[in-house]
Amino acid sequence: MVMFTLRRFLQLIPVFFGATLLVYFLVFATPGDPIAALSGGKPMAPAVEAALRAQYNLDQPFWIQYGLYLKNLVTMNLGQTFSGQEVAAVIARAYPVTARLAIMALVFEAFFGVLFGVIAGLRKGKLFDSTVLVASLLVIAVPTFVLGFVLQLVVGVQLGWAKPTVSGSAPWNELILPAVVLGLVSLAYVIRLTRASISENMNADYVRTATAKGLSRRRVVVVHILRNSLIPVVTFLGADLGSLMGGAIVTEGIFNVPGIGNLLYKAILKGESATVVAVVGILVIVFVVANLVVDLLYAVLDPRIRYV
Amino acid sequence: MSLNERNTSMNAAASRDADAPLLEIKNLAITFDTQGGPVNAVRNAHLTVMPGETVAIVGESGSGKSTTALAAIGLLPSNGRVSGGQIIFDGEDITHASEKRIIELRGNSIGMVPQDPMSNLNPVWKIGFQVKETLKANGLAGSNANERVAEVLSEAGLPDAAVRAKQFPHEFSGGMRQRALIAIGLACRPRLLIADEPTSALDVTVQGQILDHLDRMTTELNTAVLLITHDLGLAAERAEKLVVMYKGQVVESGPALEILRNPQHPYTQRLVNSAPSLASKRLQSGKAKEALAAAAAAGTVEVTDQADVLKVEKVEQAAHAEKAAHTGGIKSHTPAGRGDTILEIKNLTKVFKLRGALGKSTDFKAVDDVSINVKRGTTMAIVGESGSGKSTVAQMALSLLAPTEGSISFDGVDVTSLKGKALFNFRRRVQPIFQDPYGSLDPMFNIYRTIEEPLKIHKIGDAKSREKKVRELLDQVSMPASTMQRFPNELSGGQRQRIAIARALALNPDVIICDEAVSALDVLVQAQVLNLLNELQEELGLTYLFITHDLAVVRQIADDVSVMQKGRLVEQATTDEVFNNPQQRYTQDLLSAIPGASLLV
Amino acid sequence: MSEKLTPENEPRIPVTPRLGKKSTRVIEHFVAPLEETPLAAVDSVSEGGAPLSLWAEAWRNLRKQPLFIISALLILLVIVVAIAPQWFSSVDPTSCPLADSAEGPRAGHPLGFNLQGCDVYARMIHGTRASLMVGIFTTIGVLIIGGTMGALAGYYGGWLDAILARLGDIFFALPLILGAIVMMQLPAFRDNRSIWTVVLVLVIFGWPQIARITRGAVIENRNADYVTASKALGLSRFSALVKHVIPNSLAPIIVVASISLGTFIVAEATLSFLGLGLPPSIMSWGNDISSAQPQVRNNPSVLLWPAVALSIAVLSFIMLGDALRDALDPKARKR
Repeated sequence: MVMFTLRRFLQLIPVFFGATLLVYFLVFATPGDPIAALSGGKPMAPAVEAALRAQYNLDQPFWIQYGLYLKNLVTMNLGQTFSGQEVAAVIARAYPVTARLAIMALVFEAFFGVLFGVIAGLRKGKLFDSTVLVASLLVIAVPTFVLGFVLQLVVGVQLGWAKPTVSGSAPWNELILPAVVLGLVSLAYVIRLTRASISENMNADYVRTATAKGLSRRRVVVVHILRNSLIPVVTFLGADLGSLMGGAIVTEGIFNVPGIGNLLYKAILKGESATVVAVVGILVIVFVVANLVVDLLYAVLDPRIRYV
Repeated sequence: MSLNERNTSMNAAASRDADAPLLEIKNLAITFDTQGGPVNAVRNAHLTVMPGETVAIVGESGSGKSTTALAAIGLLPSNGRVSGGQIIFDGEDITHASEKRIIELRGNSIGMVPQDPMSNLNPVWKIGFQVKETLKANGLAGSNANERVAEVLSEAGLPDAAVRAKQFPHEFSGGMRQRALIAIGLACRPRLLIADEPTSALDVTVQGQILDHLDRMTTELNTAVLLITHDLGLAAERAEKLVVMYKGQVVESGPALEILRNPQHPYTQRLVNSAPSLASKRLQSGKAKEALAAAAAAGTVEVTDQADVLKVEKVEQAAHAEKAAHTGGIKSHTPAGRGDTILEIKNLTKVFKLRGALGKSTDFKAVDDVSINVKRGTTMAIVGESGSGKSTVAQMALSLLAPTEGSISFDGVDVTSLKGKALFNFRRRVQPIFQDPYGSLDPMFNIYRTIEEPLKIHKIGDAKSREKKVRELLDQVSMPASTMQRFPNELSGGQRQRIAIARALALNPDVIICDEAVSALDVLVQAQVLNLLNELQEELGLTYLFITHDLAVVRQIADDVSVMQKGRLVEQATTDEVFNNPQQRYTQDLLSAIPGASLLV
Repeated sequence: MSEKLTPENEPRIPVTPRLGKKSTRVIEHFVAPLEETPLAAVDSVSEGGAPLSLWAEAWRNLRKQPLFIISALLILLVIVVAIAPQWFSSVDPTSCPLADSAEGPRAGHPLGFNLQGCDVYARMIHGTRASLMVGIFTTIGVLIIGGTMGALAGYYGGWLDAILARLGDIFFALPLILGAIVMMQLPAFRDNRSIWTVVLVLVIFGWPQIARITRGAVIENRNADYVTASKALGLSRFSALVKHVIPNSLAPIIVVASISLGTFIVAEATLSFLGLGLPPSIMSWGNDISSAQPQVRNNPSVLLWPAVALSIAVLSFIMLGDALRDALDPKARKR
């Protein structure tokens, strides 16, 4: 198990470097003057320009630039926004909001996804199953921003059950609606994955053997079908945490949630590359760590993996 | 103890009368609802199991043997149902018993040992857990459940049971998993055990050990066994009573030895004649048999003993000579040609590097200093269990894998150093046939393209002559020409294997390497394919390198045998010598593991 | 490995011939009458019915599936609308008199007008082409790049596989939308926004998924006996990949490609909605939804209609993928 952890960890190192390099390369090394890009094409005071050049070490060779960027990323020395705030401080304020939103979305999709998926899988071909399947297809097909607007309009404005936009401190209860919107698409995937996994395991030989042992139907379902079926679902959920953080950009925009997605979106529109690379870099780290956790979780859940 | 349980135990006590049947199946019909409408999988099935008795249901795949037995424990697939007849267990009609009642019976009244030990244990739970839950479900766990688990496991022949119970299934070998499954099946002391092909997935020697053990245990516990098997020899050896099923019906049933020695129904007769484990001599081609008859009529050979193989072989050789003279002699099959070495394997060794943790690798010797000479026009069998390295030898002989050491020469040329054009030409002369009839044909290619492929690769003939050749080849393997447009998924396993043979023959090879070519086939189909291979050998002077785990098949097809164990050659001799006078302990074990071998004499 | 850990420790039992069991009970010898159990020839070839290739068989299954019929008809409709929008709407979507701003439906303008005074229905019809083109060309792009990468990595394995797998992981670490956003705001892209830049960006971040699927499918098939057999027949390694492995790996790739096509259409709309996708000069559902956003509370239908069109298009491709998955399921293939 220690070996396994170590190996997975070592495998993630090139991924981390590669992904951050990719982001850095995209933002700073593509054709066009990066400083001009930073200002979004608007004229800029020479002093500001010089400060930016120094901050990104643009006078240095590319590899050194990248190395310094990594160092800054790790030490949280992320530079300043146009309005003079520390990027690290801005991120530190926005990050917990997004983390809260993503975790709520994850809980929502995990609970209902597994619940509906299990029922549908156990009653394959019945009315509940077909209804859930059709609904999940619809949810996948309708883009998140449309779902967001519709729910905001119906639940928030017309029914008045929730505040259509989130206030500055982003309390838990106001985040429920955005979390549902954020988690809906993944919910559909969780349902479909759980259902497929359950119906595959129901026909497994060991399930028949478990039945032949004289176990009650309930025990066969819980101990033998559910336990095995949830392995892929749990790994999906783990990997999804990272993409939920990334996907927050649309949802946070609609509900005006003061999170990291909103920050990123505004930074992109304003052309604040310092914030963009910093936020994306952090998201990559979260994604990579989430993947490591998933791999380890997988090994815990499935004893066969540990020895591979 | 609940009222219900008390009732059953009272019932059981009351009916522990040795003359009342334990399980009675009367006129059972089972229907499957499929997309194409209902299918009657079983009709009119009937059988009786007396307390403590072993009854075997014998049949090929699709005969309904498993379905019939599973119906007794309420484990039909969800689209199957009992559509007629009765299942009576211990005097109680359980044909349409409630789910609750069936669950009560499972485990402690009727146990089950399934077929495939690899897939029948839940991979995520420890072995002990899976045994314990059986005990618990049937109210037998008590206060010392863990000790009981260890007891049950060691009864099933698992060493260090207490330690083993804490391991996961993937840490067990196939044989040990099957022992764990037997432990589970017998843990609650059922009065009837349904054993569904309990050992067909295992190596022969392990198979014998496990069946012996199962025998001893069920005798001690006085458990009745309903054994489901495709192997008539095994059934006759293990059961007092046989039930032969064919296409969903019982065609014959009665005392095991009587049926084996005096089969009445034509299907049973066919089965007895084809069962490889009961065969006592090499297959004869039609021509050789005629020659033998002619010789006997002319008085040149005294045919007193059918099993007098040596004499038969002499006659066979005489027939060869005659035939060769008639046809002007096929190059590779003149009497002089027969006997020279076509394939010479010398000190062959193959080492695989197994990747360990963190780049450390260990060497694994899959093949260790093996030398085999194959004589032209004969069949050399390589026999061994899984992990013996026999298939690795085949891969190297096909030049699909480079040996670590040693040489393979084909017709005097070293194969291992062949490259480019020379290798390409070598490929024309040595062809493979693989085990899995479902895997060896590309499902996207129709039969015509499949058989034409070798001709195309080697740029032989034009479209028209190739079509003619494909027709000829299909005819040679007794497949109708209309098969050309069909796809592999429309053919049965045996038919696919015949197509694979036709493809192998397309380039007129000298040597065909059959890697477990008939192992996946049903008995009758297997006999048919073996006969075909034999006829083709006679006709075309082919040389076979026949890789198999099944000594019984070797008896039917091989002239010489090489026995392999753990990568090493253990014994090498003519088939007759190996069967009549095995020198090595391992060969003796293999031979004695052939079920039913001693029953027909 | 387990073999080493767990030798069979059964004590050797002296070899005694097993002679079978004889019962003390009287066992009746039953023989079924031959007329009730007729004997068939061993393994006879059925010659009835037309030959069925796997594709033909899949097609026969598909034809009966309502899911497939509905999705295929919808996709056909979407394609026809994209090719010939003038058949469906005679109104010029670019003539936007301000006098009609936010007007409701009237004759000839069934869905009313948006804030700029453009006909909502006409824009919905004419927006089809851009969305569909992005979807189709992105899918073609990821199939070429991801398919090639995945097939080579899966088939040849070794260092090539290791490098390609890590490369895929790196791109995987950046979710499709996030990566596309970052890239689309680069000057080189921001200043040259067109269908092709959007396609390029989506291909760059979309290929790893197809590569993974292809790799898996190829690995599953590369050691099949029919591949080994054709190598033993003299086929070169690469020809075996092209002739046998790839055709047999297509089914899962087609399924994922169909579903991906839908998600690429959504991605384009999302980018356009964020103001980073297609330029406003190109009519697309995403742009229309984006421009309808400010007045969503007063006039939701202006946002709703392009959203409905978008959802139907995406849904039809996802449904097609689902139907194909069932029809091409390898488990259903084996008899």
